[in-house]
Amino acid sequence: MAENEKIIEIEVLRYRPEQDKEPVLQTYKVPFTDDMSVLQGLQYIKDYLDGTVSFRWSCRMAICGSCGMMIDGKPKLSCKTFLRDYYPGGLRVEALAHLPIERDLVVDATDFVTKLESIKPYIIPKEPRALEQGEYLQTPQQRDMYEQFSSCINCMLCYAACPQYGLNPKFTGPGILALMHRYNADSRDGGQAERNELGYADEGYWGCTAVGYCSEVCPKGVDPANAINQNKMNSAINYFTRFVTPGGAGK
Amino acid sequence: MEVFKADVAIVGAGGAGLRAAIAVAEADPKLKIALISKVYPMRSHTVAAEGGAAAVTRPDDSLDHHFNDTVGGGDWLCEQDVVEYFVEHAHEEMVQMEHWGCPWSRKEDGHVNVRAFGGMKIERTWFAADKTGFHMLHTLFQTSIKYPSIKRFDEYFCSDLMVEDGRCQGVLAIQIATGEFTLIEAKAVIIATGGAGRVFRENTNGGIVTGDGMALAYRHGVPLRDMEFVQYHPTCMPRTGLLFTEACRGEGGFLLNKDGYRYLQDYGLGPPEDKPRNKFMELGPRDRLSQAFWHEQQKGRTIEGPLGSVVQLDLRHLGEAYLRERLPQIYELAEEFLGVDPAHAPIPVVPAVHYTMGGILADGKTASSLPGLYSVGECSSVGIHGANRLGSNSLTELCVFGKVAGVEAAKFAKSVSISNPGAIEKQAAAAQARALGIVNNSGGTERMAVLRTEMAKSMESGCGIYRLGTTMQETCNKIDELRQRYKKLKLEDRSKVYNTEWLLGIELGFLLDVAQSMAYSAINRKESRGSHQRIDGFEQRDDANFLKHSLAYYTGDGTPRIEYGDVKITKSKPATRAYGAAGVKADKDRKNEAANG
Repeated sequence: MAENEKIIEIEVLRYRPEQDKEPVLQTYKVPFTDDMSVLQGLQYIKDYLDGTVSFRWSCRMAICGSCGMMIDGKPKLSCKTFLRDYYPGGLRVEALAHLPIERDLVVDATDFVTKLESIKPYIIPKEPRALEQGEYLQTPQQRDMYEQFSSCINCMLCYAACPQYGLNPKFTGPGILALMHRYNADSRDGGQAERNELGYADEGYWGCTAVGYCSEVCPKGVDPANAINQNKMNSAINYFTRFVTPGGAGK
Repeated sequence: MEVFKADVAIVGAGGAGLRAAIAVAEADPKLKIALISKVYPMRSHTVAAEGGAAAVTRPDDSLDHHFNDTVGGGDWLCEQDVVEYFVEHAHEEMVQMEHWGCPWSRKEDGHVNVRAFGGMKIERTWFAADKTGFHMLHTLFQTSIKYPSIKRFDEYFCSDLMVEDGRCQGVLAIQIATGEFTLIEAKAVIIATGGAGRVFRENTNGGIVTGDGMALAYRHGVPLRDMEFVQYHPTCMPRTGLLFTEACRGEGGFLLNKDGYRYLQDYGLGPPEDKPRNKFMELGPRDRLSQAFWHEQQKGRTIEGPLGSVVQLDLRHLGEAYLRERLPQIYELAEEFLGVDPAHAPIPVVPAVHYTMGGILADGKTASSLPGLYSVGECSSVGIHGANRLGSNSLTELCVFGKVAGVEAAKFAKSVSISNPGAIEKQAAAAQARALGIVNNSGGTERMAVLRTEMAKSMESGCGIYRLGTTMQETCNKIDELRQRYKKLKLEDRSKVYNTEWLLGIELGFLLDVAQSMAYSAINRKESRGSHQRIDGFEQRDDANFLKHSLAYYTGDGTPRIEYGDVKITKSKPATRAYGAAGVKADKDRKNEAANG
C-alpha cells in the first residue's frame, strides 16, 4: 500500500439464504488509496477481513458487466466507482434493486437472460448472403443507426433504475428493448416484423412510462430511453397506417 | 448427482467456446451440446479484447505476408502448416462474423475498414472501434441463441474431466447458485477456458482468467506446450494493469520516456517518423517494446512517481474527435481511471502480462493426445503464436479454430458411444469428494490471498520480461513450496449457495499447477527467443538446441517433467528477426538470396 493510506467504512448488505432470514448490514473498515475502486475495496474485504462476502466481478474495466450494485442507493459498476468519492463519510453497497438476491451482492439474472433470449437477438437477414459474396455493405452512417444500442454490456443497472420494472417484472425492460432496437435498426436485418410482436405488446415499448433514469445510470451511454421512444413512435404510426393502407401495413 | 447426457460438452463460453458450439450445431443439429461456463457467456474475457482481428483484406496484402509476420513474430517457434491454414481461413471467418451482425468499423463505401497493428507488414486488422472483443463476444453469444441444440450451463464451474477407457467422456460441474454437482457425460469435450494471466501480479486479465482448462488437461496427462512464453503488453495502466490497446499506436500514438524522447529508436526499431509506419518504432512487436521499457528503466529514463516507473503513451496529436471515434474506450479508461484527458495529456503506461502463448498441446485440428479431448483459444497451443503472439491474431484464432474444434468434436462424437457410464459416475463421485475436500478442510492454516500474492510476486520476479537462472530457480522453489502449503488452505465459507471463496480455492489450485509448468519450462530453456529473454549467458537464440517446443508433463506432487517436441517448418527457415530499417534490409537480403540460389 502507498504512503498516504486512509481508512474508509464500507457497509455491505449481507444475505446468506442458508443462515439469514433477511438481509442484514455489516460494516468493514478498509484501508484505501485514491486510485482504488469500490470493487477493490470489496476484494480487500474478501481477501483479508471476511472471506464469506460474495459478489461478481471480472474485467475491472467496465466492459464485462459483472459488478453492478447499488452504491449509496444508486446503481453503479463497482469497478469504475472510486472509494475516494465517498471519503470520509463511507458508503453502503447493496445488491441491485428490483432483482431477487441470490446471496449478498449477487442477484438472480435469470429473468434478464430469459428476456434476452426471447427477442431473437441476432441478424435475421433481409437478403441472405453466402460467405463467398463477402461482407454486406454498410456505410458508417448506417452503422451509426444502431452502434450505440449495440454497446450494452448487460450489466442490468437500468433494470435496477427502472421504476416500471420494479412494479411489474413482466415489463421487458430498458436494456432488452434497446437490444431489440439494435437489431431492428441494422441495415442487414429484416426481422423487425417478427420482433414487433414482443415490442408492441403491453410489456414492450408501451410498458415504459418515460422516466429516463435508465439512460442516466447507463455506464456505456446506450440510452435505452431513446431506443424505446423511437419505437413508440413507429408503433403508433404502424397502428394508424393499418387503417389507411389497403391490406394493412403488416405487423 | 444430476446427470446430463450430451454429445459434445464445451467448457468455456467465450469467443472460442461459442464459435465451437455454433460449429457443432451447424455440423449436425441432432447433436446435443452442453455449453458450460463459470460466468454468463458475455462476461467471458474475450469481452476485454480491444484492438481487432487479423485477416488479409487489402489488395496489396497477401497470405504470405500474414504468414511471414506471424512466423517471424513468433521467432520461428510456430507450427507453419497450422499458420498456413490459419491465414487462409481468417478472412472467411471475419466475413462470417460480419454476416452474424458484428458491428465492424466501415469505410465510406460501406466495406469493412482495417487498421495497422504492431509487427504487421500491411494493415489487416478488422476492428469495431476499440471494443472488438466485446462486439465479437456479444455477436457470437446472441447468434448462439438461434440454435436450439445448444444447452447452456451458465454459472456452472467445471471442476474435473471424466476420463474412462483412455478417452475423455465428460466433465463434472458445480452449479454455483446451489453448490450442487452435475455430471455432464459427453462423447467429446472441447476445452475453451482461456488463458492464465492471473498467475502474474500486474496483468490485463479479468479475475476469471485462471488457467482452469489448462490445469485440468495437464492433470489428466496432456502436456502443456511452450508455457514459458508469456506476453507482456507494452501499454497498460500502472498498478491495475488494465489494457490500452495496441491500436493506440496503430492509429499513430507515440511512446516517450521522461525526456519526451521516442526511445524505441534506440532499440533497433527506428528511424522515427511522424506518421506510423508498419513494423517500425511503435509498430514493432510486443516483446521488443516491453523489453525496451525494461532497458529504459535500467537507464533511469522512466518517470518515477506514485504509480511506480512509467513511460508515456502520447495520443495528443491525434485530436479529440479522432480519438473519440477510433479509441472511445481508451478515452474513457484514461479519463475515469487515471483522470487523464488523452487529447491534452499523455497517458502513463507500463508493460503488464497479457497473454499465454502456450497451452494444451493440440494438433492442427485442435485434438489433444487424449482421444475425445479438444482445445481451442488461449488455453490451447494449436501452434500459431510461437514465442511471441502477433497482435490481432488471437481474436481471429477463436473463430478459425473454434470452428475447426466444433467440426472435429462433432465428427468424433458421432463415431463413439459412452463406454462405461457406471464407472464414469463413480469417478464423478470421487471428483466431487475432492472438490468438497477443499471447503471442508478443517485443519487448514493458510490464507488464500497470501498464497495467491506470493505466487504472483514470485512469477513476476522469476518469469518477467527478462529472466535469470537464479531467480527462475527461486520461483520454481517458491511454487513448489506453495503447492505444498496449498494443501493446508483455510477457507472461512462453508456454505453451498454462491460460495465464491470455494471456487477461488479451486482456481488457486489450477493457477499453481499452471505457474509451475511455466517456471520449469522457462528455466530449462537455455536460450533467448521471443518473449523468453535471458540475461545470464543465454542472450542469443539457439536454433541448434532449442528450435523445439517445450512440453510440460504433470507428475502429481512432484515437479513437471519437461520434454521437447519438433517444430514444423514448411516454407520459412529461421532467420534474423529484425524490425525498423534493419527489418527492411533483412527482407531485401532474403529476397536476393532467394533470387540467387
